[in-house]
Amino acid sequence: MVGKKADRTKLNKLTLPQLEAMASTLRQDIIKMLEEAGNGHSAGPLGLSDIFAALYFHVLKHDPKNPGWEERDLLILSNGHCVPVRYAAMANAGYFPKKELMTLRKLGSRLQGHPERTKLPGLETTSGPLGSGLSQAAGMALSLKMDQNHNRWVYCVMGDGELDEGNNWEAAMFVAKNKLYNLTAFIDRNNIQIDGPTESVMPLEDLKAKWEAFGWHVIEIDGHNMESIVDACSMARAIVEKPVVIIAHTIPGKGVPFMEYDFHWHGAPPDSQQAKEALNKLRTLGGKISGEHE
Amino acid sequence: MSGGTYIVGDLSEDKIEMEPTREGFGRGLVEAGRRNGNIVALCADLTASTKMDMFAKEFPERFVQIGVAEQNLVTVASGMAAMGKIPFASSYAAFNPGRNWEQIRTTIALNDQPVKIVGSHAGLITGPDGATHQMLEDIALMRALPNMVVVVPGDSIEAEKATLALAEDPRPAYLRLARDKTPVFTSQRSPFSLKRAYVLTPGKDLTIVSTGTMTYHALTAAEKLYKDGIDTEVVHVPVIKPLDAVTILQSAQKTGIVVTIEEGQINGGLGGAVSELLGENHPVPIKRLGVNDRFGESGTPAELLDKFGLTAKHIAKSVHAFLTEQGRQ
Repeated sequence: MVGKKADRTKLNKLTLPQLEAMASTLRQDIIKMLEEAGNGHSAGPLGLSDIFAALYFHVLKHDPKNPGWEERDLLILSNGHCVPVRYAAMANAGYFPKKELMTLRKLGSRLQGHPERTKLPGLETTSGPLGSGLSQAAGMALSLKMDQNHNRWVYCVMGDGELDEGNNWEAAMFVAKNKLYNLTAFIDRNNIQIDGPTESVMPLEDLKAKWEAFGWHVIEIDGHNMESIVDACSMARAIVEKPVVIIAHTIPGKGVPFMEYDFHWHGAPPDSQQAKEALNKLRTLGGKISGEHE
Repeated sequence: MSGGTYIVGDLSEDKIEMEPTREGFGRGLVEAGRRNGNIVALCADLTASTKMDMFAKEFPERFVQIGVAEQNLVTVASGMAAMGKIPFASSYAAFNPGRNWEQIRTTIALNDQPVKIVGSHAGLITGPDGATHQMLEDIALMRALPNMVVVVPGDSIEAEKATLALAEDPRPAYLRLARDKTPVFTSQRSPFSLKRAYVLTPGKDLTIVSTGTMTYHALTAAEKLYKDGIDTEVVHVPVIKPLDAVTILQSAQKTGIVVTIEEGQINGGLGGAVSELLGENHPVPIKRLGVNDRFGESGTPAELLDKFGLTAKHIAKSVHAFLTEQGRQ
């Protein structure tokens, strides 16, 4: 039951400074992957890099050498277009060789443009069409509850733009009704979607009040503050009366100044010159330190 | 296979037992639940209508009420399947798979999870509710999906067997059910396999390929045609995908002329499937009976079958016209 210490022995937890360094590594891998692929989404994956570093290297109970481990936590990526950040995290965690990242979106690759469970061990579902991740996570959490398995946790990462989809709100009601305390949702609140700012395409605010009205406990954090991310995940595990959604405020394109805040980078990759500039910014922490390879 | 081992002896309307296919599904689901603790049932606020109430009563801890939310219905089911459950997710066919087709495509078919999608109240014989609720396009929608099995039972006994078979099958599947009471023309001893179509009455002059509850009307039409001197072979197709090509092709090779009958759109439905099969492998003249590119309307099931030319009398008449047109009589 909740409170009983979960067996998290398979987890190799990084410290906060190590997690921050890992987030930078993920961003660099994302830039290289997208440059090589020549197409794909830049802004979302860069914005989610801190959260994915925290999840894969601190929060999740998982075993990269045994992706089907029956005691693993489950991570659903609802906004499947952000999968480059997940592939980068999985490769760095040891699910597959890092050089395979360069096959993203190419013929015959296990790293499909949008994630496919049957192609790559370690993915929990197939996603891309928006709005269906939370309900799948709910089905998983409900099954664990039915089986009285309190030792595993379900995480669902969603975009904010995809909250336009009604399926999410069907799921929000369902999760609250069934008191799925073992499910933690993240909303990547980066305020952009394909056609522009979320608040002009289809306003989401007051987002916190909406989720609270649906029966959820809401935690709002800075999605680039590693300590906040890790703390929010811990707090989510301690709240059992309600499901928890973490609204993570993020900057789209985070870490690459010319991409930050610009919705045009939602679905575009960097060209080679832009990739070089982006990698330089990431390696030097925006010019604060000198780059190793420049 | 001779008809005697498969169908009941007396098909006459005043003698034959009547029961809706959904009733057989309800019984089958309870039995599947008794056999396997991983069977779960999800419903979108139509528990009694879809006959999931029997399961919900016996296994309340394995029944999931979703509310009127068909997109959530199948995606929650997908998540449960990912955890080793075998979910049956039911609503009316107009909404499931009518409304939630993309979720089925992505999270069940492409994701290859063994969710059983149960669409009740399919077809014209949904009756007075009218065109909105008479789902006619479900077979076309579902047979287009890779990985998906499509099952349309002929009667309540076959629906029960199909439910039990699907509970043990690892593939995603669609089970099409009807609201109205229909004739029970098979018996407990009749064979059923997810791989097979069945020759119910052997004949040499003409093949009728039929699915679902229309097979009863195909059989009674065949009786009329026999009296007219036309020896009709009725092939019942309870599994539209994967299609039993061997049985259908053998029959077409024998008779050289085929009529398909279904209670839904012929475009993309059984008529589409059989036309594709024959067109590529053994082209013969084919006539598709069913609903041809229009919607249904309110009326009693009997009135609608009459209006759409799907009673034995109309089928026999259409067959005669087709044979004449093809110079076969």
